[in-house]
Amino acid sequence: MSDATKIILIAISAALVNNVVLSQFLGLCPFLGVSKNMKSAGGMGVAVIFVIAISSAVANLIYQFILIPLNIEYLQTIVFILVIAALVQFVEMFLKKVIPSLHKTLGVYLPLITTNCAVLGVALNNVTDNYNFLESVVNGVGTAVGFTIAIVILAGIREKTEDNDIPLPFQGTPIVLLTAGLMAIAFMGFSGLIRL
Amino acid sequence: MNQAVERIKNGLVTENPTFVQILGMCPTLAVTTSAINGIGMGLSTTVILIMSNLMIAALRNVIPNRVRIPAYIVIVASFVTIVDFLLQAYLPGLSESLGSYIKLIVVNCIILGRAEAYASKNKVLPSVFDGLGMGLGFTVGLTSIGIVREILGAGTIFGVTIPYYKPIGIFVLAPGAFIVLAFLIAVLNAGRLRKAKAEGTEAKLCRTEDCLHCSNASCGGRFIDFEAPEGVIGQTAVKKPEKKVEEKNEEQEVRTDE
Repeated sequence: MSDATKIILIAISAALVNNVVLSQFLGLCPFLGVSKNMKSAGGMGVAVIFVIAISSAVANLIYQFILIPLNIEYLQTIVFILVIAALVQFVEMFLKKVIPSLHKTLGVYLPLITTNCAVLGVALNNVTDNYNFLESVVNGVGTAVGFTIAIVILAGIREKTEDNDIPLPFQGTPIVLLTAGLMAIAFMGFSGLIRL
Repeated sequence: MNQAVERIKNGLVTENPTFVQILGMCPTLAVTTSAINGIGMGLSTTVILIMSNLMIAALRNVIPNRVRIPAYIVIVASFVTIVDFLLQAYLPGLSESLGSYIKLIVVNCIILGRAEAYASKNKVLPSVFDGLGMGLGFTVGLTSIGIVREILGAGTIFGVTIPYYKPIGIFVLAPGAFIVLAFLIAVLNAGRLRKAKAEGTEAKLCRTEDCLHCSNASCGGRFIDFEAPEGVIGQTAVKKPEKKVEEKNEEQEVRTDE
């Protein structure tokens, strides 16, 4: 398998087959909390793509050039979570100064992402799967695109079903979870699509 | 001693993280494919919760308020790493089936939430029991969801096959997790509605908006809290003198009981 095909397969696998929310259950808080309408869901999705792309690149560089040479790979969890948390805040400050219009759109979502388990999960999985720099970034972006697809679809469904007559105990979280369950069944159709 | 019992009851029943607060959903959904996995994850989280609460309560007057979140994260991540390696060494099977979710305990809302809400404001001993109570509450939650999914999806309880029952495979797969949790919350909501009707008050239903507060407030939406008073050491002592007195009394009670 050539490098190019491997990269494409990693991207498809991360976005569809092993969808981060629907099959790995990472990033559920924003998935359930920010999916009330399409606009905020899209904003959250873009912010997640942005943060995961940067953080998986930085985490990979730190792992390769700091942790491995110093023989302290076992500190990866501590180092990654600190780097991600600091990075999110740095990105927020940078956007505020340099691109205020983008900050206005993404700003409210950025602090929410700090402790989003999807970001840390991707960084840790990249190490477990021995991905190199390019593969890590592709896997990160693919995962984030998968998150965006899932949250935008869910927001679309929620907008349509907003006024439906739902039994009182099922209103709110339960019906959203049931919707997510049905979406997960649909996404199971992608499994077996490719083999890495 | 009363306070210890009260803390454990609080974690197990009054503020049960799974059934009342609905926190820590990632592990709740991901690792509850069997009862054993639920117990393993719950107990790992309990150990980390106790140790981090102990450490944070002990250091609560040393950690500057503005950088408390990164300090908590470092403490929690250290204990997570230790527990991860202990599991890899002594329970490799469990470690394998829980996978990266053990490492992801770092971002579990319950742990940072307890650090922020309780351990950073209270003495060491009550904080330890708070961690124990919350951890046990979480374990009970995960285990019971695990039992339900295992029975429905695999037709077994703790690995023992149930005769004459054809399992519905979907319940051990990803969609089953969402569906089981949806019905669980619906049942809890129905209970709350009935109670509210009996008392003539308005019911507090679980809404999705509730979930935002976990990634926003308790989990430290901000790495460095710019709004917090600058460089104050032992900030809780300065800010809430009345509460400090109460705590002292409670602490004395604990001591006399011992």
